[in-house]
Amino acid sequence: MTGQDGISTVQDSKTDQKTDAAHAADAPAVAAVNVGKVFDGKRGAQVVALEDINLTVARGEFVSLIGPSGCGKSTLMRLIADLDQPTSGELTVFGKSAQQARLDQDYGIAFQQAGLLPWRTVRQNIELPLQLHKVGKAERTERSTELLKLVGLTDFGDNFPDQLSGGMQQRVAIARALAESPNLLLMDEPFGALDEMTREHMQGELAHICAETGAAVVFVTHSIPEAVFLADRVVVLSPRPGRIRAIVDVKFSGSVERTEHLRESDVFFSSVSEVREHLHGSADANPLGVDN
Amino acid sequence: MKATFGATKGIIPPLVLGLVTLLLWQLAVVGFDIKPFVLPSPTAIGGQFFENLPTVWSNSLVTGFNSLVGVAVGAVLGILLAVIASLVRTIDELSSAVVAAAMVLPIVALAPVLYGMFSASQQTARQLVASLAVFVPVYVNTLKGLRQVRPVHRDLMRAHAATTWQTIGTVTLPTGLPFIFTGVRIASSLAVIAAVIAEYFGGPIGGLGKSITTAAAGSNYPLAWAYVLGSIILGLVFYLAVLAVERWVLRNRGS
Repeated sequence: MTGQDGISTVQDSKTDQKTDAAHAADAPAVAAVNVGKVFDGKRGAQVVALEDINLTVARGEFVSLIGPSGCGKSTLMRLIADLDQPTSGELTVFGKSAQQARLDQDYGIAFQQAGLLPWRTVRQNIELPLQLHKVGKAERTERSTELLKLVGLTDFGDNFPDQLSGGMQQRVAIARALAESPNLLLMDEPFGALDEMTREHMQGELAHICAETGAAVVFVTHSIPEAVFLADRVVVLSPRPGRIRAIVDVKFSGSVERTEHLRESDVFFSSVSEVREHLHGSADANPLGVDN
Repeated sequence: MKATFGATKGIIPPLVLGLVTLLLWQLAVVGFDIKPFVLPSPTAIGGQFFENLPTVWSNSLVTGFNSLVGVAVGAVLGILLAVIASLVRTIDELSSAVVAAAMVLPIVALAPVLYGMFSASQQTARQLVASLAVFVPVYVNTLKGLRQVRPVHRDLMRAHAATTWQTIGTVTLPTGLPFIFTGVRIASSLAVIAAVIAEYFGGPIGGLGKSITTAAAGSNYPLAWAYVLGSIILGLVFYLAVLAVERWVLRNRGS
């Protein structure tokens, strides 16, 4: 899927430092070329988590990664975030190495657990990235006020995380990921621990937030409807070793707003079945692999 | 006191037990005609305590100051070294044997040696003994606390490209704080015990330990007991002071 042009762009940017900036300006949010990850297990055993991953995420594009438990979808996200390093292939984020992109703070991240610091108030949690990067107090307060409003928690800024429900905590985590207005959002099953009602509500809010901020999103999930509802493209991964089995374009007509009506549309259902077929379809599929 | 203990209910049973014990003690001493050098009665001890309140107070100040220096020096060193050990694996491995040895070593046994190393007319040796007694539990508890950091928080700090010191200040130390307080709380009463006992082995005049030995040597047992009572109160004051700070800090930070 990465054409000859894509590969030569990557090579050029490596060989010619001067044109780096020019390439970076139109480089895709994420470009993975033959990326693989092998973990060293116990007693010298090796576990192949990912193999031959070729994937490009365009700027502003919403891509869902879906697959059964243990297929390496979270690993792929961790590679993009430079929380782990690939053992083969090349991975660039906005035309830079994943490490450089992390150091430049090009992405915001939200995990399955909200991961809030319990000794900080909601507002202080949202301001954490800004504080780490020495943003002034007045500017921090202004930004966190904006974000609290965006995620609908204006009245809860001075509360501590334990005083909030799970859904509210996740919203704080998303606000924190958005704090530095990143061009790329990495989300690892952020709604995984929520009940179905809260979950659908949060999906609507996330779709709304993404439309507003224009950030590219890599969204890891094991829920088919969630992947289809949110994403422009759904990447279906196969289990052990994790490979890309199919990429499904979700063709909602034009720039349709992702609202609750969408969930009842024909396009939604046909995309859901298409993703499901890819997940279960081929001979080596694990029929019990997906829960949603 | 009520605020420190939270609920009044919690302090009634031990209070009743204490009063009953004192009453039985008093009755036993009077009833069996126990001699003061064996066991003086609570009223005799109380009488000596209040009669000699000014000297008990001034001696408590000496011992209390030594203990305070011990808590401050021992806690700062313990926390600092634990942070370093949590960062550098080699130091952690090297120190674990020394710490294990320090845990079984009665630290006050070092007092006579330290009086030799430093002037016996100075409080330095006593303060060192107290510092050492504090250092060990603070170090052990802090190191344990620093290891409690959740993986998601570690990932978060890495994802935000936080420096090592930012990570320590923002996540590692706050995570370990309850453990650090536990260490200091245990250490605070150990500091008083160490400071009192260190006085038994020599050093300058002054201090509760010195007064206990002097009074006992002069066969004034009720007075010796009055100084013991002073030591108990001093130890309690240290313990409760740390407990109060701990409760206040942990409550104000929300968890």
